[in-house]
Amino acid sequence: MLEIKDLAIQYGKQAPTIEHFNLSMKKGEIVSVVGESGSGKTTVIRAVLGALAGGGKVAAGDIVFQGKSLLNNSKDEWRQLRGTKMSMIFQDCGGTLNPIRKIGSQYVEYICTHSNESKQEAWALGVSMLEKMRLPDAENIMNSYPHQLSGGMRQRVGIAMAMTFNPELLLADEPTSALDVTTQAQIVRQMMELRDNFGTSIIIVTHNLGVAAYMADQLIVMQYGKVVDRGTRDEVMNHPTNDYTKRLLASVPEMEGERFV
Amino acid sequence: MFKESEIVLESKHIMKQFPASGGKTLTACNDINLNVYKGKTLGIVGESGCGKSTFVRMVISMDKPTSGEILFHGKNIVNFSEKEKWLNRQNMQMVFQDPLASFNPKMKIVDILTEPLMNFGRLKRSQKEAKAKELLEMVELPADFMYRYPHNMSGGQRQRISIARALSLEPEILVCDEATSALDVSIQKTVIELLVRLQKEKKISMIFICHDLALISSFAHQIAVMYLGHIVEVLPGEDVAHNSVHPYTLALLGAQFSIHMDPNEKIESIESEAPSPLDVPKGCPFQNRCEHCMPKCKTEKPVLKEIAPGHEVACHYVTDKK
Repeated sequence: MLEIKDLAIQYGKQAPTIEHFNLSMKKGEIVSVVGESGSGKTTVIRAVLGALAGGGKVAAGDIVFQGKSLLNNSKDEWRQLRGTKMSMIFQDCGGTLNPIRKIGSQYVEYICTHSNESKQEAWALGVSMLEKMRLPDAENIMNSYPHQLSGGMRQRVGIAMAMTFNPELLLADEPTSALDVTTQAQIVRQMMELRDNFGTSIIIVTHNLGVAAYMADQLIVMQYGKVVDRGTRDEVMNHPTNDYTKRLLASVPEMEGERFV
Repeated sequence: MFKESEIVLESKHIMKQFPASGGKTLTACNDINLNVYKGKTLGIVGESGCGKSTFVRMVISMDKPTSGEILFHGKNIVNFSEKEKWLNRQNMQMVFQDPLASFNPKMKIVDILTEPLMNFGRLKRSQKEAKAKELLEMVELPADFMYRYPHNMSGGQRQRISIARALSLEPEILVCDEATSALDVSIQKTVIELLVRLQKEKKISMIFICHDLALISSFAHQIAVMYLGHIVEVLPGEDVAHNSVHPYTLALLGAQFSIHMDPNEKIESIESEAPSPLDVPKGCPFQNRCEHCMPKCKTEKPVLKEIAPGHEVACHYVTDKK
């Protein structure tokens, strides 16, 4: 469904940030991309969405989504794709909401931009999506401003919005990093349900190896813009061959793990 | 394991309330009793907004408790004058979550590291570089780092600098507020190893705020679990994995992701959100999310009871069962 071939991404005139990145994904598959900060994880999924920040450009390679290369998409083509066929969950969804408009008004605008629904239909769709995300009292949330919700609730609103049109590809950039463990567990479970119920393919970028391992069918470990290790969950987590992966896994704190005192 | 005589700092019935709009009061910390022992680490875990940071801010005299006492070697520090507070800061230092925000971006590392000592008149200008070199060596950084600026360093290196700065005064208590949360796991590990080594060498007591139960249980001697301004469980660090009994601690444990967990295993979590600290329910603060909630929990607030040496829990369900 999604195929990334030998991708290289360059910011300005610097040496390429990403080199030789390959990925091929099937429908309903979850791919976790892990690595430390600055390893280029976010750059990769931003490239898939065609939203590279600050003068970044694809220097080589190709990104093919459903048989069509995304690199030469016009603005209109992107507009049809983003938000409907592929959508993104950001680390801080609250930050992507307009702070001085109510959730409902933003949600209705989003739905109406991408479809021909009337405002009433859009409102009803919004409410039903929020309920699917198990947000209590969805009508009330539609009438709230972003700051009136907790971080976990805002994140779920962001996920609900990203899921509105049952996208075929969901890109999640550190969706749980800013959340408490209890909320993180809820969000992870909901993302897994999306895959089970709608066959959504998900690329999740995270530095939390526990979350990555739990969700992934396929794992990619990145370091300095290169893929250093990849494979199924079992291959990477239980039988790592790469030294960097081993080192990374060894430094994850574990319950009943190594004690320093 | 913990001796009465080795108590460095004791908080007694600490309560902190903030006035909120509409005549309400927000109780950030409610009756906190904790002891810090010499050379030991006290870990505090809890979700955001549970009052962990408010508590440590009171410990280092950045905030004044509404009521209660904080005893440092038996001396109440709550009513210290500004001068006394300033002098007392030599005994307690803090490491913050974001080191970059706690440094002056226009100062070189040599100045950042020696500022506390200069401030207290404990260092001559001519000794600055020698001292900075010594401090850098202590945190395993090369000596030429002293001529750098904070923005020229990585996050882990900066956190080392803030540890070195905090330890330059040779404090008895080091307070770390999510000191490793912003760091990558591999760097987090090295910073923790450094802290543990320095603690052993210098017999420093640490208060470490953290939301990662797995991390904190790897190096804390005692762990306090906080929920909505209340301490719900206090237990020895090595017991967390097996002997925790409070439903909230168990919920936190259930929500942990581990790299070796079985993917088919359902991840447990509490579904609802914590109630607003503006209207904490009467009775047990955890009642609306607890699966063992009994009628008693809605009327009577549970208090901490010792169920094993060094293990206290505030829960009717647990203590009544025994």
